[in-house]
Amino acid sequence: MPEPLLRFARVGKSFGGVRALDDVSFDVLAGEVHVLAGENGAGKSTLIKILAGVHPGFDGEMTLQGKPLRPASPDDARRSGISVIHQELSLVDSMSVSDNIHLGRESRRLGGWWLDRPAQVARSAELCRQLNLELSEADMARPVEAFSLSVKNRIEIAKALAFEARVIVMDEPTSALDRPEVDKLFTLVAALRARGCAVIYITHKMEEIARVADRITVLRDGKWVGTAPAGECPERRLIQWMVGRDLSEQFPPPGEGRAGGTAAPALETRGLGVRDPDPSRRNAVGGVSLRVAPGEILGIAGLQGSGAAELFQGLFGSRGACCTGEVTLGGVPFHPKNPRDSIGRGLAHLTADRKATGLVLGMSVGANVSLASLPGVSPMGLLRRGIERSRARHWAGALGIRLASIEQPVGTLSGGNQQKVVLAKWLCTGPRVLLLEDPTRGVDVGAKREIYSLMRAWTGQGMAILLISSELPELLGLSDRILVLHRGSVSAEFTRAEATQEKVLAAAMGSQ
Amino acid sequence: MKAAFQIPWVRALLALALVFAIGCLCNAHGAFFHWSTHRDMLRQVSVYGILACGMTLVVVSGGIDLAVGSVLGLSAVIFSTATLHHGLPAFLAVALTLGAGAAAGLASGTLVSRLRVQPFIATLALMVFARGLAKALSGGQKISRVIQQPDGSFSYVDLPTVFARLDARVLGGNVAAVSLVFLACVLVSWVVLSRLRYGRYLYATGGNEDAARLSGVPVVRAKLLAYGLCGVFAAVAGICQAAQEEQGDPEAGTGYELTAIAIVVIGGTSLAGGRGGVGLTLIGAITIGYLEKILSINAVPEASRLMLTGAIIVAAVLLQRRKP
Repeated sequence: MPEPLLRFARVGKSFGGVRALDDVSFDVLAGEVHVLAGENGAGKSTLIKILAGVHPGFDGEMTLQGKPLRPASPDDARRSGISVIHQELSLVDSMSVSDNIHLGRESRRLGGWWLDRPAQVARSAELCRQLNLELSEADMARPVEAFSLSVKNRIEIAKALAFEARVIVMDEPTSALDRPEVDKLFTLVAALRARGCAVIYITHKMEEIARVADRITVLRDGKWVGTAPAGECPERRLIQWMVGRDLSEQFPPPGEGRAGGTAAPALETRGLGVRDPDPSRRNAVGGVSLRVAPGEILGIAGLQGSGAAELFQGLFGSRGACCTGEVTLGGVPFHPKNPRDSIGRGLAHLTADRKATGLVLGMSVGANVSLASLPGVSPMGLLRRGIERSRARHWAGALGIRLASIEQPVGTLSGGNQQKVVLAKWLCTGPRVLLLEDPTRGVDVGAKREIYSLMRAWTGQGMAILLISSELPELLGLSDRILVLHRGSVSAEFTRAEATQEKVLAAAMGSQ
Repeated sequence: MKAAFQIPWVRALLALALVFAIGCLCNAHGAFFHWSTHRDMLRQVSVYGILACGMTLVVVSGGIDLAVGSVLGLSAVIFSTATLHHGLPAFLAVALTLGAGAAAGLASGTLVSRLRVQPFIATLALMVFARGLAKALSGGQKISRVIQQPDGSFSYVDLPTVFARLDARVLGGNVAAVSLVFLACVLVSWVVLSRLRYGRYLYATGGNEDAARLSGVPVVRAKLLAYGLCGVFAAVAGICQAAQEEQGDPEAGTGYELTAIAIVVIGGTSLAGGRGGVGLTLIGAITIGYLEKILSINAVPEASRLMLTGAIIVAAVLLQRRKP
């Protein structure tokens, strides 16, 4: 066994009492591609952030080539030889290729004040040649925004090499790439391996694991589950490792007589496609047909980049009219235009990130609750605070929101209560179809259970729910049916009885 | 005590009290304690205050309007030309001027909301354009009672009564008419921000535009309303300015946008958007008014006055800053 390049020894990290990562130990060798696998929330990102110096305070220790490694900042980590290539690339779009490659490590003259551009360009061109990037010397001076995403991806790798990185972390690098571009990336990964770099590769796709992995480490619920050479780790074992937990949360029993076949569907799509706003990317969703009956909860399973979130955005018109194909709402043809129009037609969309897109944090609880249904509390355009307050109080009571006053800023509530405020906002609009994206994110166990039983109560009144959840047990426990998306199209459909975590996860990772 | 200090208007009043205390100390041999000092303060700050009302609407929606000073000058020219040169009845001239102000505001609003130009750039462009238009309409001359005939001789027109009315003092000569106009503007802005559905739209847009849009808030229309009303208020200020000066000066209002922004910020309305209100702006206007008054009754030279004003604005804003 060669001396490991990078070693994690009992690494752990807590966030406000929540143990995100616990006692993780494994080795990464020079010249290997080490796949890091696990469900959403398994602790992969936390581990990578510790490695990248984003979370300087952590338990346990890391060693790089036998020397202790304790990066205090991203810059520090980079200087130690660790480069992380994030899903959202960290290139400055308006700057040239060579400036980007050298960002933070400029070639300087005259005591460090004078930027030596020609030297940078020459060095960048040399790096690109080594990586078989089809970029000429003239391209080095062009801004990065002129290139496609896949070229940007590889420019980022060139940047890592410019820093003489010994450990390169790739966080789902293929999520927005086409197949030929993925092939190019894999050639590059092979080249990095040949140079003796260690590549830590995070992916949700079985096919990629089979193609690139030398060894695989699986994390689950913040704990290390196992590390094995790729040859000794068949797909089935891998999925068992990733899932292996029981349904700890309690889910309310499904309602009665909701076959979905007889009643007119609340929402139906035929061949629905959603364009990506960036035309250089492929369609986020292509050819999805689904139907959901009143009173039914349809789960949409899919890992990151599956197109599940974009499906919701397309249906709700969040990014304007960007849908192709047919949609009917309660049997009536529907062309998603904008959120305002969709709300008027009985659609509601609870987004995953409540701080960025759900709440106006500076406004009061009452104002947030009424935000999506303001015409109802302001006849003739005149805001009636009395109506607003009594409505907000009603929903605060119905959802069990714990607060001091309706007038208190929503930002002062706990996460679970904030989430209930967002739910209240959407229920105020009287929706017939509710699109829920991670409705219990950042919510404690007690509040989760309350939200689950509320969802059942609403479907009992004939509401239809489409549910995305990054937690598989939640999806399995709540859904009447589950549709699995992989790379923007439906890869499997399960009834409640058929669905198991193993089957759903296998379909979400695109295994046949 | 600490909790009370978190309330925005408590802090705004604190800043005002501070300035007032300085006035009591540096009272220029008792001049600060004369009733006329306070009355004149309110009159002198009124035009700025009117601009600040419109500015508050725009700032709450997450924007900024640098064009208000130029629109004031343009409006003064339009109003004077309409009344003095064309002899239009007062109400028609007022309607025409307010319409022009609204058009200017809607132009900024369209650039900002529909064409997604950054507010600073869009209104900077309009600021330059409106000043140019004012000069073009007036031929670069002040529009006054004196009219040069084609043959080179001069004739005089009578000043219409609307000028005298707006420059008058009412309530037994105790309050200037422009101050009443200012207070009326505060009231209108307050109704818009606190009592209308659109006011809520403005706060939501300024607080979190994405969340607002995804909740069905008509973000584009809300911004159009804010900039449109801001233009109308600038036109009102222009009419008041013309009445006080008895002429329409195409250079009027130069630099006023900065005072208006200072008033809004000293009041405690956040330039980040989504927080604040016109009540705070009223307090801010009075604070700035007292500041100017104290400096002038103490005969502080212009140079020192500017430097002191800058320093005091920074101090007031630091005092206002909320903890992150």
